[in-house]
Amino acid sequence: MSGEIAKAFARAKARGEGALVAYGMAGDPDLPRSVDVFAAMVEGGADIIEVGVAFSDPIADGPVIQGAAERALKAGSTLKRVLDEVVPELRRRCPETPLVIMTYVNVIMAMGEERFAKLARERGVSGAILPDLPPEESGSLRATFDAAGVDLIPLCAPTTPQARAEAIAKDARGFVYCVSVAGVTGMRAQLPADLSQRLELVRKASLVPVVAGFGISTAEQARTLSAHADGVVVGSAIVRAAHSEGPQAARAMCAEIKRGLKR
Amino acid sequence: MNTQTAVGRFGRFGGRYVPETLVPALMELEEAYTAARADPTFDAEVAQVLREFVGRPTTLTPARRLTEAWGGAHVWLKREDLAHTGAHKINNTVGQVLLARRMGKKRIIAETGAGQHGVATATACALFGLPCEVFMGALDVERQALNVFRMRALGAVVRPVESGSRTLKDAMNEAMRTWVSQVSDTHYVIGSAAGPHPYPTVVRDFQAIIGTELRTQAQAAFGKLPDAIVACVGGGSNAIGVLHPFIGDASVRLIGVEAGGHGLDSGQHGASLTLGTEGVLHGSRSLVLQDADGQIQEAHSISAGLDYPGVGPELAHLAKTGRMEVRTATDDEALAAFYEVARLEGILPALETSHAFARGKELARELGAGKYLVINCSGRGDKDVATISARGVPPAVGVKP
Ligand SMILES: Cc1ncc(COP(=O)(O)O)c(C=O)c1O
Repeated sequence: MSGEIAKAFARAKARGEGALVAYGMAGDPDLPRSVDVFAAMVEGGADIIEVGVAFSDPIADGPVIQGAAERALKAGSTLKRVLDEVVPELRRRCPETPLVIMTYVNVIMAMGEERFAKLARERGVSGAILPDLPPEESGSLRATFDAAGVDLIPLCAPTTPQARAEAIAKDARGFVYCVSVAGVTGMRAQLPADLSQRLELVRKASLVPVVAGFGISTAEQARTLSAHADGVVVGSAIVRAAHSEGPQAARAMCAEIKRGLKR
Repeated sequence: MNTQTAVGRFGRFGGRYVPETLVPALMELEEAYTAARADPTFDAEVAQVLREFVGRPTTLTPARRLTEAWGGAHVWLKREDLAHTGAHKINNTVGQVLLARRMGKKRIIAETGAGQHGVATATACALFGLPCEVFMGALDVERQALNVFRMRALGAVVRPVESGSRTLKDAMNEAMRTWVSQVSDTHYVIGSAAGPHPYPTVVRDFQAIIGTELRTQAQAAFGKLPDAIVACVGGGSNAIGVLHPFIGDASVRLIGVEAGGHGLDSGQHGASLTLGTEGVLHGSRSLVLQDADGQIQEAHSISAGLDYPGVGPELAHLAKTGRMEVRTATDDEALAAFYEVARLEGILPALETSHAFARGKELARELGAGKYLVINCSGRGDKDVATISARGVPPAVGVKP
């Protein structure tokens, strides 16, 4: 297991803050400029960076991230190039911040599970999130990742029955990603009323931090959730800000969310 | 014969690669389906609707003039084009909508390529009084205007999908994304033997009626099982439906025909069994058209129903193990076959089906006289007449222009 993720959560906690896990799309608008966006996110206070690697058929994503993936693919983004060009540069610019690759299982399969795990570890990637890889399908891949020291971060959904959620949490690596809404990524004005209760239940079963993600875009939402989780994930709101106004806007968005995460 | 080697797996293929939000729904569906199948009243209900409403059994028709023209095996046609709504798709939608009703689901969503599955789903929903929403690539909405009208007339809402290649795969993405948000009260009727477990099994079982009927009909018509059966392959539902009941019969050659599009070298085709590589698309591991980085490539076929870069996992398994032979037919070959069948047999086959006919011709010759070849006539070509006539109709035989 990689220790970087745990350390990042511990650092945030020591400062009396919930952690901000911030998502950006590698290659949007192009590979070098997406590095600027990621670095700005860290300047804005992101504790962990989710490096999105575009997939042509993203069934877990809403329109904002879908659009970003289309732009990234047009700009020539591939998993290999992200590992070669984005990750090393980010490690250099933000050596403290753990990087987690977020993509779809087919992209990893195409590179080869072992090759990915090895390259990722060499380049300084701490973990991976694969939203279309439920626990039943993750066996061999997780063993490979474990051996390489890359955390395969599991997801929990609002539809996940409690016993299953507890099993997922108990066995998690890195952190548990609690999907806040039954739906795809994207900003929501309202989050489900039972979300805090669900977060507490997962947290009780988990040995690693628990974060809430999907739909979060305001400091207020972050404040509410951080009472019940170790942090929040923000994706679409940052991607949209970066797309329309560039790195500064991504930095401001992170800083804004981070204000809500101060306890 | 059971080709399922582990839960939801066909050899290396299959599985359930979906967002966690959908996993409980798929488990619920699997359970409900297993319970339904164990309940004789469910099978009886499905059978009754198929008989009274769909018009099953569909006939097995001798194609005498094709047999003569091709100069080889006896050619027979399994007539799914005669099923209500004009294609095999209705077998599956009746079953799934009845299953959804049994599960207490309040609404139905579906994706469609050629529109046949959308029409079949809209029809079953109209019959059983459930609201229906159909996702369809914007390009297919243009190509298949007749079917778009039919769906709307049947009360379904058609949602054109503008993302990606604006065809079937994007419609399926959008249907899945929508299902993730509405999974508690909505059933997603997948149109082919593809998608996450249990769909490939559910769809195959509902479509296996084609092959089951054919076994009996072949015995009655020519006193033995066919020597070969050929079906076109998009996602593969008509192919697995007609072929599955024969998997254990070593004497029966099973042949799938994929879209060769502009040719296998052109990069514009739908031949995922022939040129695809192992990957995960729409929730299952199968053979898919993708680049070296794992991005799904756009498929091409003159027929919207074969314009899909993936294929059902069971067919991938049958192809890899060699039990099913795989061939391809180009757009032009399918068009030529369309006219040949129209003029020699009085049947306008769907463009999808025309691919099976295109290879049927050489198969009949390969098999030779005295053998029996059955072509699965997956659907009728009415929906395709605009596409086909836009290319100009060749002059009638024996009539001076
Ligand atoms: C008439 C007809 N045949 C074949 C197909 C291909 O689908 P499958 O391979 O799943 O049977 C379609 C799909 O729309 C169709 O409408």
